[in-house]
Amino acid sequence: MKFDWNYALDILPQLLDGLLTALIATVVGYAVALVLGLVFALARRSHQKWVSVPVGFVVEFIRGTPLLIQLFFLFFVLPQLGLALSPLAAGIVGLGLHYATYTSEVYRAGIEGVPPGQWDAAIALHLPRRRVWTSVILPQAVPRSIPALTNYSIALFKDVPQLVAITVAEPFTVGRGIIAETFRPFEPITMAGLLYLAVALVLSYIGRIVERRYKGMATA
Amino acid sequence: MSFIDFTDVSKRFGDNVVLDDMSFNVANGERVTLIGPSGSGKTTILRMLMTLTKPDSGTIAIDDEYLWHERRGDDLVPASEAHTRKVRSRVTMVFQQFNLFPNMKVLRNVTEAPIHVLGKQKDEADERARELLEMVGLQDKADFYPSQLSGGQQQRVAIARALAVEPDILLLDEVTSALDPEIAAEVLDVLRDVAKTSDVTMLLVTHAMRFARDVSNRVLMFNEGKIIEDAAPEQMFNEPQHERTKAFLKSVLEEV
Repeated sequence: MKFDWNYALDILPQLLDGLLTALIATVVGYAVALVLGLVFALARRSHQKWVSVPVGFVVEFIRGTPLLIQLFFLFFVLPQLGLALSPLAAGIVGLGLHYATYTSEVYRAGIEGVPPGQWDAAIALHLPRRRVWTSVILPQAVPRSIPALTNYSIALFKDVPQLVAITVAEPFTVGRGIIAETFRPFEPITMAGLLYLAVALVLSYIGRIVERRYKGMATA
Repeated sequence: MSFIDFTDVSKRFGDNVVLDDMSFNVANGERVTLIGPSGSGKTTILRMLMTLTKPDSGTIAIDDEYLWHERRGDDLVPASEAHTRKVRSRVTMVFQQFNLFPNMKVLRNVTEAPIHVLGKQKDEADERARELLEMVGLQDKADFYPSQLSGGQQQRVAIARALAVEPDILLLDEVTSALDPEIAAEVLDVLRDVAKTSDVTMLLVTHAMRFARDVSNRVLMFNEGKIIEDAAPEQMFNEPQHERTKAFLKSVLEEV
């Protein structure tokens, strides 16, 4: 089998469009995961049992079930309950929710890594609870969490092809569409894979830089 | 009622009885040193007053207000968080490990509470913080991070930070135990100054006996969760009554 460069060049623009969609899903989904993960981590530490227990249950439930099933639920079941999302919106919500349960564990570890003496000092200075979080605990916990959080951006990106199941036009979905017309799978699937690889390599390079920068901080 | 009242306070950690039904009180402005072997409950007393450790039973009151309880009619009920917060707002503590906030520069370590607890304007808080830093000899370190300071310097910042909250009661928990003797001396000098120039009530746990003799007007000897001797420093250090106290002081003084 020979790689047909003309065919490849022909379909490249469609695949790049798909890559753009994949990047949007990654960036927005990751932003959701970063914010929501922190909300989950803080809610699970709440002294109010009616907050911490249900949130803990939801987090464990989402983390314990496959992303693919969650995507199906969001895209095919929710409309029957009266909430219809576009494919991309459902994909972003699914990725964001799913990865928020992972990032919440990263934040939890970061928060628990803050020495107990910091809490003691905050109490000795009578700082209000909210202020303790915003000015003492999180400024120490979040930098510690950044290397692990960065790794989840790569993992999330590599889960984007699962959105094929809910018809989001990312490179893999686009490739399948092309195959349906041309019956020539070699080039589109190879190229979709290479596009994913290229972006994943860039992300892990960024991840390594970030890790190097924050490793020193976490131990300082 | 006196200023600080411990009544029948007990605390155990697992099988280990740290405080055994102990009562004592402290008058306003008194400087009290708590001595005794490690594990005898001294630090637990300070941590309870700061509400970092909760007693299993008994009551603790500051100026007639219970720290862990509230009066409801004739009954004592467990205190709400707001009540405990209010009562403990007169107390602050300096720790063995300094516990400065590493994410803030020295100046902000000192101004954080005045601005966000006492509601001071930033300018006013900054000015007061610089005065306090000057008092502890660190006016030129205001823009450094704690990690750029030596242990002795960090502890002096911690003292300035504690004084910035304008406490009525200052708790000092082995504040020089993590420092070399030479460095410890500079911290103790600062505390002598504080003792001389303010009328803050002080409770201190320390192994620096000469310092204890200089600043305190009363010494409590702890052993196995009880106070076994309560005397003025001259009496305690020169003519201890209890055999256990004699043995303890002998061992501590030999160490130094």
